[in-house]
Amino acid sequence: MATINMAPPQPLVMADLKGKVDPDWCPGCGDYGVLAAVQKALVELQIPNHMVATVSGIGCSSNFPGFINTYGMHTLHGRSLPVASGLKLANHEMTVLVTGGDGDGFGIGVGHFVHAMRRNINLTYLVLDNQIYGLTTGQTSPTSRIGMKTKSNPAGNQDTPVNPLTLALAAGATFVGRGFSGDQKHLTELIKQAIQHNGFSFLDIFSPCVTYNHDNTFQWFRPRVKKLEENTSYDPGNWIAAMEKATIWGEEIFIGKFYETTAVPSLEETEPVLEAGPMTRRDLHIAPEIAKQFVEELM
Amino acid sequence: MTAHSWEKVMSQTFTLGIGGAAGQGVATPGDIFALIFSRRGLHLNAYNAYQSIIRGGHTFLTIRTGVDPVRSTGDDMDLLIPLNQDTMDRHLRLLKEGGACIYNADSVKPGEAAAGVQLCPIPVSQLADISRNKVAQNTLALGASLSMMGVGFHVLEEVLKAQFGRKGEAVVNENVSIARAGYEYATGKFKPFAKALPMTDTRYAVLSGNSAMAMGGAAAGCKFYCAYPMSPSTGVLHWMAAHGRKAGIMVRQVEDEIGVINMAIGAAHGGVRAMCATSGGGFALMTEGLGLSAQAEIPVVVIDCQRAGPSTGVPTKTEQGDLWQMLGAAFGDYPRVIAAPFDIGDCFTLMHEIFDVTDKFQVPGIVLCDLLLAEGRLSVEPKLLDFAPPIDRGEMITSNGQPHGEYLRYKITESGVSPRAVPGVPGFTHTVSSDEHDENGVLISDEYTNHAKRRAMMEKRMRKMVGVEAMVPPPVLEGPKDADVTLIGWGSTHGVIREAIEQLAEQGITANHLPIRWLVPLHGDAILDLLKNAKRTIIVENNYSGQFARYLRSETSYVADGHIRKYDGEPFMPHHIAEAVREQLAGSTTLSVPTHEVMV
Repeated sequence: MATINMAPPQPLVMADLKGKVDPDWCPGCGDYGVLAAVQKALVELQIPNHMVATVSGIGCSSNFPGFINTYGMHTLHGRSLPVASGLKLANHEMTVLVTGGDGDGFGIGVGHFVHAMRRNINLTYLVLDNQIYGLTTGQTSPTSRIGMKTKSNPAGNQDTPVNPLTLALAAGATFVGRGFSGDQKHLTELIKQAIQHNGFSFLDIFSPCVTYNHDNTFQWFRPRVKKLEENTSYDPGNWIAAMEKATIWGEEIFIGKFYETTAVPSLEETEPVLEAGPMTRRDLHIAPEIAKQFVEELM
Repeated sequence: MTAHSWEKVMSQTFTLGIGGAAGQGVATPGDIFALIFSRRGLHLNAYNAYQSIIRGGHTFLTIRTGVDPVRSTGDDMDLLIPLNQDTMDRHLRLLKEGGACIYNADSVKPGEAAAGVQLCPIPVSQLADISRNKVAQNTLALGASLSMMGVGFHVLEEVLKAQFGRKGEAVVNENVSIARAGYEYATGKFKPFAKALPMTDTRYAVLSGNSAMAMGGAAAGCKFYCAYPMSPSTGVLHWMAAHGRKAGIMVRQVEDEIGVINMAIGAAHGGVRAMCATSGGGFALMTEGLGLSAQAEIPVVVIDCQRAGPSTGVPTKTEQGDLWQMLGAAFGDYPRVIAAPFDIGDCFTLMHEIFDVTDKFQVPGIVLCDLLLAEGRLSVEPKLLDFAPPIDRGEMITSNGQPHGEYLRYKITESGVSPRAVPGVPGFTHTVSSDEHDENGVLISDEYTNHAKRRAMMEKRMRKMVGVEAMVPPPVLEGPKDADVTLIGWGSTHGVIREAIEQLAEQGITANHLPIRWLVPLHGDAILDLLKNAKRTIIVENNYSGQFARYLRSETSYVADGHIRKYDGEPFMPHHIAEAVREQLAGSTTLSVPTHEVMV
């Protein structure tokens, strides 16, 4: 395969990241804030947009790749993580962002979520969590609270909600954080740290649904969210402390970087096949002397 | 595909069977026989019938060897090595006149053998220390067998050294001395086989269909392989896992088959050739992903090793029952290609062909294999395993050398193929999508749901099949044109049908053979043309409902005169087909379902 000619370096600006179409999310949707924060983070980190891939599943927030000018993949409901993992392993020089909603990631895709964290591939997974199914017009999601009334649970949800943070911590995620679409500056900083983390980084981002979720609104979150960073004694290297903070939910809800470890190598670092560079640039044919060995084994 | 010239009738073969409980060590003597034959210029075809248990039960390995390529494991047996009573009771009847049964005199009682069958008891506890060596009876039988076949002991000694070398000298010496005891005991006591198997200096490679598909994929430039273990496809994963690092292939075991196909699609979009393998149940989980591959126009190769279904079915038994699952996999209409290899050599060769088609047309490709080939073993000329086949990846944009206007990932073209930019190239950013999209990748639902754009995009994708049909060769009618009967089969029945035709010829019935390798595209018009002068057509397939017969009818309106079907988990034996053809020519039926006479 031919080598890639790098374009003359020009600083990346917000306009470069504007997608082919404007987002068609409902006016006031939390997802707008997350999109802007991702674009700002990429500009601040100056990652050329042709070296970024945005991979999503299906749902309102999964329309994300169409609204940002990077390489994009709009895949199947719940399957963004395996697709993104394959893409990253084919070309690990790309920065791969994975976007989707709480139904996509914690419902239909929760199996992949757990295994992606075990693998510790250098992906950044952003869940735009609105605690409701939006594109299917308002059903209970895996993060909907007990008692929440939706079209699929008119008498109130009976199932305990998933706690995405404790789930991620238990599954061995090496970077776990929570953001809020209503705090752009904080979210942008968090996304930057997540992208820079070596290994799988996971951010659960409160992205309120203004149409179907009348419980967890911007107004509901604003007085509750507290930044972990404001407590200078909080140590994101302490897994147990992260678990404790992640279980707090009520009048006080923490956002910020809950946990990060650099002690676990990423899969890209431990996989010897990648030592020779990205898979996508390899010679297609196997060296004749190796091929000869493979045949001789059979004789 | 492996070349068999039609005129050449397969010369004399020698078939041996080794059976016992799982864990009794059937595999090792089997491997040793295979090595000895293939290193001395003998072809072989081997099939292991087993149960889905790790210890106990019944497992029976058949190895048939001969000077010419061996097309099937045949009908009967020359040598039986029953490692337990159960095997003796089940298989002794397969021995014909001139055959021999070598067994442990301490633990196995001989049954009633046919006239002219030599019973060869080995006093195992007298010849070896069975408290030290639990598989002494196997090694003694191995020695005895080779003595009776007239193979010099040094040949066995050399193979034992290679087989046990890494376990140290003591183990080698012990095995050699036990084998020698068996060899010498038989030399004095038993009559050698009358069949002469000429041995030469030619060496063949022996491999399973799973290894062949893995190696074929590697040769075709596959750089990403992932799988979830599922019998009988796991051998592909095992080959890849053992050789991936040396070959420069990324190999991953994934949490489930949904993850598998989606990861392979992600890698393929990243610009590598990617493939995965599974069996029917795993394939069922992959089907939504297959649609994604077609809709996003990301080529991926999926191997399906069919086993007897439905559901968990019979995990260790063969069937050709997944055809309609492949034809109907994923909702909506989309282009796909499906091919069924004829034999284990073809499992290798087919891989680069299907990778080229899927890459060129950016469609999913399915290799429809089955347990018979996947887990069977065949000798092939080593030169058939060509690791430098020509590779055509079609229209890919991997550099930004040329100035260009707005890049349209799904540009509407006459061929239906749009040049594919690989992520990482500056100036070609775009989004691929499972949602219906416009030429530039924008979801049509993000603008307005535009029926004209939907229709144009649908027609663009489906147009690819015109090019695919032109690229893929039509089937060929093998044998005499004016035959009494035309046998139609697909995939793995190739060898056994050909052998049945030889048996029919001996009985004065001329038959020819229309084997189908590419199922999609089918080349229906070419098939109708080939069949227009056929006197009588019979479709042979390893399933209940005649899945191929129904498919052929749906595509061409062609209705065959008769059907031979088998769905008991075991592959056809040549005589099953020959007898069924005779029965149908006699007019007694148009549907034959041969009985598998032996309880394996």
